[in-house]
Amino acid sequence: MGSLISIELALAFLGLGFIVGIPLAVGEVYGNKFVKNLAVLPVVEFFRSIPALVLLFLFYFGASSLNLNFSPFMAALLAMGFRSAAYQSQIFRGAIKSIDTGQMQAARSIGMSKFKAIRYIILPQALRISIPSWSNEYACVLKDTSLVYALGITELMRQGRYIVARTFGNAILVYIICALIYFVIVHLGVKLLDFLEEKYKIPGYEIKKITTRA
Amino acid sequence: MNFFEFAWSISPKLLQGSLTSLELTALAISIGLILGIPLSLGRVYGNKIIYTLSTIYVEAFRGTPVLTQLFILYFGLPSIGIMFPPFTAAVIGLGLNSAAYQAEYFRGAIQAVKDGQMVAARSIGMSKIKAIRYIILPQMFRLVIPSWSNELILLLKASSIAYMIQVSELVSVGRQIASQNFRTFEVFLVIAFIYFVIVEILNRILHSIEGKIKIPGL
Amino acid sequence: MAQTVLKVENLHKSYGKVQVIKGINFEVKKGETKVIIGPSGSGKSTLLRCINQLDRIDKGQVWLEDLEITKSHIDINQIRASIGFVFQSFNLFTHLNALDNVRIGLMRVKRIKEEDATKIAIEELKRVGLGGKIHNYPAQLSGGQQQRVSIARALAMSPKLILFDEPTSALDPELIGEVLEVMINLAKEGVTMIVVTHEMGFARSVANDIIFIDYGTILEEGPPGEIFKKPKHKRTAKFLSKITQLEGEKAK
Repeated sequence: MGSLISIELALAFLGLGFIVGIPLAVGEVYGNKFVKNLAVLPVVEFFRSIPALVLLFLFYFGASSLNLNFSPFMAALLAMGFRSAAYQSQIFRGAIKSIDTGQMQAARSIGMSKFKAIRYIILPQALRISIPSWSNEYACVLKDTSLVYALGITELMRQGRYIVARTFGNAILVYIICALIYFVIVHLGVKLLDFLEEKYKIPGYEIKKITTRA
Repeated sequence: MNFFEFAWSISPKLLQGSLTSLELTALAISIGLILGIPLSLGRVYGNKIIYTLSTIYVEAFRGTPVLTQLFILYFGLPSIGIMFPPFTAAVIGLGLNSAAYQAEYFRGAIQAVKDGQMVAARSIGMSKIKAIRYIILPQMFRLVIPSWSNELILLLKASSIAYMIQVSELVSVGRQIASQNFRTFEVFLVIAFIYFVIVEILNRILHSIEGKIKIPGL
Repeated sequence: MAQTVLKVENLHKSYGKVQVIKGINFEVKKGETKVIIGPSGSGKSTLLRCINQLDRIDKGQVWLEDLEITKSHIDINQIRASIGFVFQSFNLFTHLNALDNVRIGLMRVKRIKEEDATKIAIEELKRVGLGGKIHNYPAQLSGGQQQRVSIARALAMSPKLILFDEPTSALDPELIGEVLEVMINLAKEGVTMIVVTHEMGFARSVANDIIFIDYGTILEEGPPGEIFKKPKHKRTAKFLSKITQLEGEKAK
């Protein structure tokens, strides 16, 4: 079913985004000026300023002009994955910055290197703080998977199109059902993330929400 | 032709496409604004019925992809007899969608206005409506500017999705050009650059507007 | 003769154009409790943070036992593991319970096995009177309890000395006592301590030596008896009278 592919895509994009996003965020907050302004910020700005669709086409057609043979899936993964990384890095950056500076100082004062402090003290807290905004990102990525339709990948929307074409059916009904399916998947995912937030909550500690995009 | 000559040669057509994109964005955001404010008021001050209806609207449009919404309007409605030309469908679709997001931004800003403001307004005899109009909304507009600017930029990017329902905006024009000379990657590099530049300019403009109408302490 | 644990020589530090520490020299011997007092802004906290280099030193040297720790090739992380620091705002790791807060330095910095680290951690927590709260998170503990955990965290690393930066200033009055009690016991047990504080009662009864800092330099140094009863400088006397006046009012 098309929806399974959509979910798979979303998870893949989010996963890549997470793996790349965290180093980007750490680089932005803790890196020196060189790292921050020459490596992190341009990348983040690039992926945030251009529409997802353009990004998809860039990666897909760009690959062939560089003589790499990307399948539509690969192009989509790279384009959307890095895009998600740019957005996720901003979420994590906000979370890291919201942690009291005393935490880093205390970690250094018992002899932790910056790296250890980030790994054992800062990130565990930042990730928990990020969960609400991250579930927002999940919703966005899932909805954006519909755009890979443009590369011909058979996800939910394209399946819908096929159904309409084959059965000459009630187009409006089919697409409304597609919409409903997205709605359900988004909300189930958010509920799951809410559940995780509860489960890994730090007892007694209040978490403030940060939103970086719609 | 090398890349730069090529880019230059296709610019006029691309510029036209950009204008369409900008038009689309401007119209859609206006619809979003006009619809968004009442929706947000409904979600903050409304009674049970109004609240429920506005919530359903907001949740529906925010919980589903824009593409799907556009498909329903452009490909779906004809099956029950309503046919919109591409541009109109895009304006309506993006506008309705934006209204939902703007409603949430407005709602957040209203709730950020301190509680004491409404109480103080009522205490000098203002009705709820007057209080909202003269005290709450003016503050809300200033608080909401960062999020609203964000929405404008997002909408500009979302306008590219209208390509899928055959609107001749920037991406669509790009594809047309590419189909004639097969230099697709370069075309899209130029397109990416155009978006980047427009977004940067918009950001600067919005930022300076924000600075000019700031209220100290707000 | 007792060994010198810490030696500070000709320390200078500025924040931008403002010189906060203008040439400070002193020594701390093993087992000594040195108390630093002085008006706000005199540079007391900055001095402490310069010792374990949480703040950068502009000029001067610091020796920890025989090692000059201000040399550039020194691994400061290792040094910090031998100097305990207790913050005014506790700075307990919010995502870890008391036991983990005390253990994490042992396990991740000193690379001690979990079993042994746990034993040490529980011992130190018991030492500060919190044996029953080891599974509680900071948000579930009172200020006084949090500060005691933070002392346990410092103790667990077996430091050569412990720096206390106004440990009770952020506490509600009724919670100050429990922290001071722990500190008094530590002093009795021979832990080498430098304490920046406004708690004159503590200074009077526990300090071996008191340093009065004003405007970034040491104005006076001596045992409590001397400083409190026969201060050499006018400014010292003025400061002390203000403080004891407050204390007198508090006692009422």
